[in-house]
Amino acid sequence: MSAAAYPAILPVLPEIVLGLGAMALLMVGVFRGAASVRVIDFASIALLAVAGAVLLALPGGRLVSFGGSFVVDDFARFLKILALIGSAAAIAMSVDYAQRERQQRVEYSVLILLSTLGMLMLISAADLIALYLGLELMSLPLYVVAASHRDSLRSTEAGLKYFVLGALSSGMLLYGASLIYGFTGTVSFPGIAQAAAQGGIGLIFGLVFLFAGFCFKVAAVPFHMWTPDVYEGAPTPVTAFFAAAPKVAGIAMFVRAAVAAFPGITNEWQQILVFVAIASMLLGAFAAIGQRNFKRLMAYSSIGHMGYALIGLAAGTPEGVQGVLLYMAIYITMTLGVFAVILAMRRSTGMVESIDQLAGLGRTHPTMAFLLAMLLFSMAGVPPLAGFFAKFYVFLAAIKAGLYVLAVIGVLASVVGAYYYLAIVKIMYFDEAAEGFYPMPIELRIVLAACGLFNILFFVYPGPLVGAASAAAHSLF
Amino acid sequence: MTSWPILSVVTFLPLAGALFIALLRDDEAGLRNTRWVALWTTLVTFAISLILVWRFDPSVPDFQFVEKAPWLGGAIGYSMGVDGISLPFVILTTGLMPICILASWTAIRRRVRAYMITFLVMETLMVGTFCALDLVLFYFFFEGGLIPMFLIIGVWGGPRRVYASFKFFLYTLVGSVLLLLAIMAMYWEAGTADIPTLLHHGFPRSLQTWAFLAFLASFAVKLPMWPVHTWLPDAHVEAPTAGSVILAAILLKMGGYGFLRFSLPMFPEASQHLAPLIYALSVIAIVYTSLVALMQEDWKKLIAYSSVAHMGFVTMGLFAVTAQGISGGIFQMLSHGIVSAALFLCVGVVYDRMHTREIAAYGGLVNRMPLYAFVFMVFALANVGLPGTSGFVGEFLTLIGTFRVNNWVATLATLGTILSAGYMLWLYRKVIFGKLEKASLAAIRDIGWREMIVFAPLIIITILIGVYPKPVLDFSAASVTQLIDNYHHALAGAQTAALAR
Repeated sequence: MSAAAYPAILPVLPEIVLGLGAMALLMVGVFRGAASVRVIDFASIALLAVAGAVLLALPGGRLVSFGGSFVVDDFARFLKILALIGSAAAIAMSVDYAQRERQQRVEYSVLILLSTLGMLMLISAADLIALYLGLELMSLPLYVVAASHRDSLRSTEAGLKYFVLGALSSGMLLYGASLIYGFTGTVSFPGIAQAAAQGGIGLIFGLVFLFAGFCFKVAAVPFHMWTPDVYEGAPTPVTAFFAAAPKVAGIAMFVRAAVAAFPGITNEWQQILVFVAIASMLLGAFAAIGQRNFKRLMAYSSIGHMGYALIGLAAGTPEGVQGVLLYMAIYITMTLGVFAVILAMRRSTGMVESIDQLAGLGRTHPTMAFLLAMLLFSMAGVPPLAGFFAKFYVFLAAIKAGLYVLAVIGVLASVVGAYYYLAIVKIMYFDEAAEGFYPMPIELRIVLAACGLFNILFFVYPGPLVGAASAAAHSLF
Repeated sequence: MTSWPILSVVTFLPLAGALFIALLRDDEAGLRNTRWVALWTTLVTFAISLILVWRFDPSVPDFQFVEKAPWLGGAIGYSMGVDGISLPFVILTTGLMPICILASWTAIRRRVRAYMITFLVMETLMVGTFCALDLVLFYFFFEGGLIPMFLIIGVWGGPRRVYASFKFFLYTLVGSVLLLLAIMAMYWEAGTADIPTLLHHGFPRSLQTWAFLAFLASFAVKLPMWPVHTWLPDAHVEAPTAGSVILAAILLKMGGYGFLRFSLPMFPEASQHLAPLIYALSVIAIVYTSLVALMQEDWKKLIAYSSVAHMGFVTMGLFAVTAQGISGGIFQMLSHGIVSAALFLCVGVVYDRMHTREIAAYGGLVNRMPLYAFVFMVFALANVGLPGTSGFVGEFLTLIGTFRVNNWVATLATLGTILSAGYMLWLYRKVIFGKLEKASLAAIRDIGWREMIVFAPLIIITILIGVYPKPVLDFSAASVTQLIDNYHHALAGAQTAALAR
């Protein structure tokens, strides 16, 4: 057998490093037991960093492996780095929590590593089989970690709910994939793109099912129902993880599938996305107003944010994809920063989750309150913070694509959304001070400071990130 | 002409001061230093902005001190510059800031550090708004001012501060997001966000109308115009004194500046077409809010409603698009910036002593506070528009500017001048004259030297530019003439094109 028959190893090197590393750490955990939790946590973060370094060290341009079903282009690089950062931060943020809640388990970090491996596969997937494999590898560990507090009713309920609905959505996605295969005779994205140019009602049906599965994974309306319960029920570090990295991977597969596999029938999927985006933004804005539980509020907020991100995809242009990428980059920093604060809401009585407990935070913890306020204003999309630029680019693309109704509803929804972010700021600064929290653990401080400063100072030098997102977006077209 | 980026220095120096304050220690000495650092930062900023005036060439109508740097990539850059229209507002801002800091010297006792930082950040954003020569950059500064103002009202405000701050934030945000969409549409149409280029772009008629309405939505809320003015009385009443000063003197002017910088030159056809709408809203604002002001029992609320009425003169004058109308509009904004600031400071003086703004709680102050009675009289009369004060020049010019275009509007607007005399003199009589009967007022002190330092420059300027307004008018004359020429040129061009079809 000649060397050419083997698939190219180089493009998959980061995934191989991550996969082997995760298995090695699992072995360490199995043989050394609970004593090795801390070591494994730090080793996991290091492993993610190594995978990121290998990814950046790969030769530039478009690399292909496994007969075209695995693609590494600038788009994949950009999102993989985001997913790695999100996962690393999530592991770091779980360390103190696990210690205090006596939930130290070696499996936790390893499961997150495996899920991250799935994300990386998913981001690079360029055919339906690879996409499904990546998706399942990402999702299965998520179901487990959601239920990782096995004695907590809420946590197990969250895990079970997530699993059942996730399985249902996988089923829909597979059904859609099989329809597409049936009508085009191929599973590879370029092949589908060629066959789809003629259109056809069967293909549209397949597309709709496929998109339904995608919407479930990124928690966009009307497939969002699991989100608030899972966010609220899952242990908080797990929620922080759910809110960041898997969304990046979900949006990545959404974008790649839509742009690479169905470029000829943009009009057909554009209407679906316009509806999904509008519904998500409105639901995210209105449903969050009544929430008192911070985690649940963040669930609705994330639904809204996915709506904004999908505006860029609905535009279906390179500018739109650039907007999506920037949105995701800024979104994960905002989300991780806010969750760092939620994880620090701990008193002598234990963890608290209600936003009312933040009363007077501006007095008791001025730095934490300031950074949280900035992150919240950033989520509301007010300049000079990074969140403004995130919204700016997606709306810019929508206006260029002529999606005026979508844009107008979107900005008005952002005003409604601003209300509940302001309400939290009000509780922190305008209300009388409550009892302070325990001092923040160092790793949460680092995450909060990094995310907060990124959001505050983004405007000073936005060039590199904007340029990278632009290059990544153009690599898809 | 300049070797150093003077506009960026003026804009970002207050931010540097804010960072410095953030590093100070939070104890008694740090507290004292905080106030002095804030004062010196604003004074130095003011001094540097005076260099701008000195180096500025009023005979050149175009933008001066232009700076350009790449920012967001593509055609959106960091671009700053001033002309005869924007520079007066820059000076107004930098000049009022030290006064605001002085006015808050002892009035603010809680979280002084945060307060000063917020004010300095606010100054950066306001100066940036007037200097920005890129639409996106303009929006960035314009909208960024929401956060500090929200905090100023919400943290240091009165009893209903939460309601007022939310109302202020959400009202302004609704208008502004529509403005943002219009900016994006203009960006794709013209391929750039550079304001000097856009001024000569000539947008198609349909886009002009939509963009004009979107800009109107934002600026009308900011200015504020009737019927979207209702956030202003709430915000004014609840804000601390210096916050009211900033709101009345500078934030409101951003709306007028926006009309002048964007709406008129960029959408001339839509401006002409929709001018009757603006006239109607202006006249209603002038007459209706003056009547409302007559009914107020709260001192600050009365001045807030009078602000809305005075801004009505501004919009009326601007959309007349005559030399007198526009010059008068600019002058009226500057004059109102000084006079309303001074009036809120006057309220602040007695509020600091008595902690009530109810008009009925006062009376006969002249017996205990003769100096204060004098100061308040100067500004009350300036607010009425008495000849010899700055208020007269602005109102007079806008009225004759409008009269040339539309007699009815000007005639109705004149009612506002009469009504303003009504409510201001009524207020003055109630508060200052009469016997000092209320026991609570028996020990009230007259204004001290720190308060006199605050008021003295304002009195001098009010009277000086009221008696001799020429330097101020000359300052912006070239830019205004160019604006009007371009406006009529664009209209003539559109008419020819319409005839050719």
